[in-house]
Amino acid sequence: MKSLAELEEIRKKTLEQISLRKSNDGMRVIVGMATCGIAAGARPVMTAFVEELNKRNMTDVTVTMTGCIGVCRLEPIVEVIDKDGNKTTYVKMTPEKAVRIVAEHIVNGRVCADYTIGEADK
Amino acid sequence: MKDLSLHLMDIVQNSISAKADKVCVFLTADNEADLLTMIITDNGEGIEEHLLKDITSPFTTTRKTRKVGMGISLLMASSNMAGGDLKIYSKRFEGTTLEASFKISHIDRLPLGDIAETMVTLIMSSPDIEFELSVSNKKDCFKFTTMEVKEQLKEVPITQFEVLSWIRDYINSEIKIILGGVLNEILG
Ligand SMILES: Nc1ncnc2c1ncn2[C@@H]1O[C@H](COP(=O)(O)OP(=O)(O)OP(=O)(O)O)[C@@H](O)[C@H]1O
Ligand code: FES
Ligand SMILES: [Mg+2]
Repeated sequence: MKSLAELEEIRKKTLEQISLRKSNDGMRVIVGMATCGIAAGARPVMTAFVEELNKRNMTDVTVTMTGCIGVCRLEPIVEVIDKDGNKTTYVKMTPEKAVRIVAEHIVNGRVCADYTIGEADK
Repeated sequence: MKDLSLHLMDIVQNSISAKADKVCVFLTADNEADLLTMIITDNGEGIEEHLLKDITSPFTTTRKTRKVGMGISLLMASSNMAGGDLKIYSKRFEGTTLEASFKISHIDRLPLGDIAETMVTLIMSSPDIEFELSVSNKKDCFKFTTMEVKEQLKEVPITQFEVLSWIRDYINSEIKIILGGVLNEILG
C-alpha cells in the first residue's frame, strides 16, 4: 500500500533538482478546457505536453488550462506563447501532435504550420 | 462525454469559474442499492436563485461567449440514460453541490474513466485550490486531500512532475482497492 510518507523521499530528491532549475520565464502552453474541449479530448493532450516536456527536461515551460477559446468545431485547441509573447494557435489537437509541437516548436523554435488555425480552414 | 472522469473534469471547471478555493469530490458505489453516486461540492460564488430552477436546461448559462451551457445538461443526460438523476443545491456566496447518480448495472452507464488523471490535471492547473477526493463502497473509504500532500511537501510545489506522478499512482491504486470489486471495468 502506498502512503503519504513516500512523499518525503520525493521531497528530498526534488529539492536538490529545484535549486538547479531555471526560473519560469520560458514558453507557455495553454490548453482550452471548456466542455467542448474536454469532450473532444483536451485532457490527454494536456497530459502529453506535460510528459513530453518532462522527458526533455524542459522545466521552464509552463502548461496551464483556460476555458473557452472560441471555436468549438476545432477543439481541442492549444495556444503556444513564446518568450517574446508571440502566440500560435494549434487546432484539432491530439497527443501525437503535442509530441511533435514540443520537439519542433518548443525545443527548436519552428512553428508546426500544418497544425495551426489558418491551415485547418483551407 | 466518453466517461465519468471527463464529466468530473468539466463540472469542476464550473467550480473554478465560480472562484471556489476548495472543491470536494465524493464517489460512492453501493453494490446492494446498485447505485454509483458522484458528488461535487465547492465554496464558490453559488448560483443565483432565478437561474437555479432552470439550471439543467442548456439555455441556462452565464457565459459570455455563447448562449448555451452544455456541462450540466450533458451530465444530466448521462445520468438519466443510466437510470439515475441529477440534483443541484446552491446558495449565493456560499457554494454549490451537484449530485449525479447512476445505476451501476445499467447497460448505458458510462465507465468511470481515469479519475486519477482528472485529479492530477486539475491540481496541476489550479495548484492554489484545495482538492479533496473521497472514494467509498459500503465498507471502506479512501480519502485524498491536497492539503495533506502540501503539508508533507513543505517548500516543494505540488506541481512538480514527480509529485503529480506519485499522486496519480496513489489515487489509482486506492480506487482499484475500493471500487475494483464493484465496478468490474476497473479490473478489466
Ligand atoms: N459550481 C458552480 N458555481 C456557480 N455557478 C455555477 C456552478 N456550476 C454551474 N454554474 C452556473 O450554471 C451555468 C450552467 O453551467 P453549465 O456547466 O451547464 O454550462 P456553462 O459552464 O455555462 O457552459 P459549458 O459547460 O458548456 O462550458 C453556468 O454558466 C454558471 O452560471
Ligand atoms: S465553447 Fe467550444 S471553444 Fe468555446
Ligand atoms: Mg460548464
